[in-house]
Amino acid sequence: MSDIPADLRYTRSHEWIKDNGDGTITVGITDHAQEALGDIVFVETPENGRTVGAEEACAVVESVKAASDIYAPIAGEIVETNAALGDAPDLINSSPYEEGWILRMTPSNLADLATLLDASAYEEVVAEDA
Amino acid sequence: MPFIPHTDDDIRAMLATIGVERIDRLFDEIPQALRCPEALGEIPPALSESGIGRLMRERARADGEPLCFIGAGAYDHHIPAAVWELVSRGEFYSAYTPYQAEASQGTLQVLYEFQSMMSALTALDASNASLYDGASALAEAVLMALRANRRCTSQRVLVPRALHPLWRRTLATIVEPQGVELIEAGFDIASGQSSVAHYAEAAGEDEIAAVIIAQPNVFGVLEPVDALTDWARARGALVIGAVNPLALALLSPPGDWGAQGADIACGEAQPFGMPLASGGPYAGFLCCRQSHVRQLPGRIVGRTLDADGRVGFTLTLQAREQHIRRSKATSNICTNQGLMVTAATIHLALLGAEGLERVAAQCHANTAHLVERLAAIPGVEPLFSGAVFHERALRLPLPSAEVLESLAAHELLGGFALDAHYPELGPALLVCATEARTEEEMAHYADLLGRILGARLASH
Amino acid sequence: MLIHDQSRAGRRATTQAPLNPPAPEGIPASLRRRQRAALPEVSEMQVVRHYTRLSQKNFSIDTHFYPLGSCTMKYNPRACNSLAMLPGFLARHPLAPDSHGQGVLACLHDLQDILKAVTGMHAVSLAPAAGAQGEFAGVAMIRAYHRARGDVARTEILVPDAAHGTNPASAVMCGFVAREIPTGPDGDVDLEALRAAVGPQTAGIMLTNPSTLGVFDRNIEAIARTVHEAGGLLYYDGANLNAILGKVRPGDMGFDVIHMNLHKTFSTPHGGGGPGAGPVGVSARLEPYLPVPLVARDETGYRWLTEADRPDSIGRLSAFGGNIGILLRAYVYARLLGREGMGRVAEFATLNANYLLARLTEAGFEAAYPKRRASHEFILSLRREARDWGVTAMDVAKRLLDHGYHAPTTYFPLLVPECLLIEPTETESKEMLDGFVEAMTAIRREAEEDPERLRGAPWTQPVRRLDEVRAARHLDLAWSAQPQGANHGES
Repeated sequence: MSDIPADLRYTRSHEWIKDNGDGTITVGITDHAQEALGDIVFVETPENGRTVGAEEACAVVESVKAASDIYAPIAGEIVETNAALGDAPDLINSSPYEEGWILRMTPSNLADLATLLDASAYEEVVAEDA
Repeated sequence: MPFIPHTDDDIRAMLATIGVERIDRLFDEIPQALRCPEALGEIPPALSESGIGRLMRERARADGEPLCFIGAGAYDHHIPAAVWELVSRGEFYSAYTPYQAEASQGTLQVLYEFQSMMSALTALDASNASLYDGASALAEAVLMALRANRRCTSQRVLVPRALHPLWRRTLATIVEPQGVELIEAGFDIASGQSSVAHYAEAAGEDEIAAVIIAQPNVFGVLEPVDALTDWARARGALVIGAVNPLALALLSPPGDWGAQGADIACGEAQPFGMPLASGGPYAGFLCCRQSHVRQLPGRIVGRTLDADGRVGFTLTLQAREQHIRRSKATSNICTNQGLMVTAATIHLALLGAEGLERVAAQCHANTAHLVERLAAIPGVEPLFSGAVFHERALRLPLPSAEVLESLAAHELLGGFALDAHYPELGPALLVCATEARTEEEMAHYADLLGRILGARLASH
Repeated sequence: MLIHDQSRAGRRATTQAPLNPPAPEGIPASLRRRQRAALPEVSEMQVVRHYTRLSQKNFSIDTHFYPLGSCTMKYNPRACNSLAMLPGFLARHPLAPDSHGQGVLACLHDLQDILKAVTGMHAVSLAPAAGAQGEFAGVAMIRAYHRARGDVARTEILVPDAAHGTNPASAVMCGFVAREIPTGPDGDVDLEALRAAVGPQTAGIMLTNPSTLGVFDRNIEAIARTVHEAGGLLYYDGANLNAILGKVRPGDMGFDVIHMNLHKTFSTPHGGGGPGAGPVGVSARLEPYLPVPLVARDETGYRWLTEADRPDSIGRLSAFGGNIGILLRAYVYARLLGREGMGRVAEFATLNANYLLARLTEAGFEAAYPKRRASHEFILSLRREARDWGVTAMDVAKRLLDHGYHAPTTYFPLLVPECLLIEPTETESKEMLDGFVEAMTAIRREAEEDPERLRGAPWTQPVRRLDEVRAARHLDLAWSAQPQGANHGES
């Protein structure tokens, strides 16, 4: 059973979202997603300052046999991407919720976070997948 | 039955295993109304191997073996005997795409060696395992540059008018459906060169995503690649070098152009071991800096280790490709020109850098010699003042199509008619004498042209 | 060992290049290369040995059975190669006048006619250099057709989920959005989903029939009607043309445009990945848009038609006429088969596939579509083996290499779990198929008794399974004269 921290928000496309409490959020992919993709070999991150709409593809996570788009969970502006993934994309495999984070963004409307899944709703999504 | 090994006993036994009485029953899911028992009637009956051999030999003879002074993107170079002896080995010829790496180490290593050789020639970090031909490789280079130039929102690409006209047409066919805007940069009619001023004028004030520099250009004229590269980079554009790979034996490679080098190099690998063969199959090459490698389309081979720690080769970065990435792939391309690349690799291994230099130098000298002889004919003169590599444009006193037709009637192909594509030049002919042409053949050309022009001009 | 590793400074293959070329004159020093390219310096014998030995590390049709689904790895007759390599054909410059190309043009014109006849299309262009380029040309013609009618709202190309990846990729290259259509449980396109998807935005649909699932879509007439009534066109992906040669024609099924993979159906060599050839055929309404050049015949003989003759053409796809040497091989093959042989291709390809399917099912393997007739290929699903014994389709594929058989296509189409797509082709004998069944049976037994043996396979090839993760994370794409850094393999 994959790890689904209770304090995060989630999407149906397997991103997790953390509210940093300072007007920004952090986005990554879930433990379940990294396991399904296998060994991550490359992460393509967006330019800082790019504005994205909700559910707009803004990064790509690549394994040997698949490439998976990462979608902005809600609308906002990209403010930082995880530079460590450049040399060590496998951080997503080893630490999906901590060192393997992908990007930070400033949401246009923080209240949009409420539209995302909570841990128990995401657990059901994962169960459907299996 | 041609190429079908089944005996009557086999067929009976196989049908019994399947549980049907006739082969035809195996097609019972195809709606009856669509079946076409008579459709093949228009196809001629089978020939024996000797019959088709006779027909093909007759037809090959019908094409003649005229003396060839045409270049313009395809060159009559000597191909060492070992090249096609090796390429025609069934293990290369009839192998599949190397998806099962363990059973394809031969093909994979050849591709890795090809990539290594092309990287060395272009002085760029990475090469793919080839595309269809030089012109389509240029189109892929442009699409790649648009993806790689992430800071740029423009779809505008500068294309020199002095780039091969058939390459420009191919480029337009392939990139325009995606909304790419191709902008033509002119050339100096006296030197045949494209200058920074021509590029700058074409660019105007708006953003440009990429710039193509042809070296040499279609006239054989050498472009000021350093200045053009520096200018393009200062404008925020990526630089694509469209180069003749043989010329790189003598000329500065794209990776060394200007202060920082070009981003992408592409071209036609035909000069390396590929027969003229009416235009194909050839092989396009595409090389780039490491930072753009994930935007490179087509197959790429990487060196890695196996489960026991031995060195081996495998296709890599496949997540860029259509069979994985589907509608978001870098290109729809699936094949590479594997067999032609095998020829190029063996050709380059046989010649080495020093051998290539000698081939390039001899072609260059032969063309210069030919031009000198032809220019001695009244009314014929070199068209451009710019320095050239192994090809040169001549002004003629008559439309070149007429002259070429007369020469062809004497089994001599005199060159490529430039006036059909560049009416601003007036009657103009592009000639090339590769290392395969002899002194006698060049003398024969000059003699024939002198006589033809003399007779024509007298009758005009 | 790479050819580069055998290099010794100063070694030359001196007979290959001109002996005493003059120093190149007139090239400004600023444009000259400053440092020689690091190409190998080796003798001719070293080259011959090196590449002969490399060739021996390959599987090939000439040495092995290749039951690769969707790839049609049939025997490549030798006459096709030797006759396409006649000196007169090889020496012809692409810009030589038509007067010095009547022989090659006659062959190409004949081939156009043969391809028209077998596909039931109105006209054919041989210009596309491979199947994917044929797809590009086909979709570009669909685009040109709609635009010429002022119908610019058609922005979508429909593609079944079982399609080759090239289909959606080609649609996007032509500026369309690719929209996926699901497959029903029996392997045919889901008609209801298709009806819901078509509309004024539909430019066309790209279909492979028989599909990549190894079955003939029985609803093809309804599909054609649905798309045509919505104003869209039908594109036929000819990857599986081998299965229907002489039985049913794409033109009769209602398709407007088709590409053919000559390296499949017309047995031109795969060459380790190419070159291919992907001619396109069209119905009458698309003829003006065919890619150039085309071969025409009139009272004076054969001639190339170019942009000037065909102003509405989508244009040129390569500098010259495409992969002509490959087209000549296909032509020789077609003439050797003739009309009788052509019809037998589909019959025996289908016989072999259905025989192999029957025997493998008998041996305990699960067919993905057991109620359907196999076309020229079929799918096995190894999900039971994966569940019960923990072995994957990949493991079985790799173990087959040890038995001397090339692996079938694995993990394609994507919608069948743990799948093997198997296509024996018509040129394999019953003995060969029986041998393959024995190998598969032995492997299945081994999967139960000694699954580790499968997971570690192959054991008998020049290398064992390669570390693809390492290959992608630490890219090593070219030999380098410099000492290797951290990002290079330690070889």
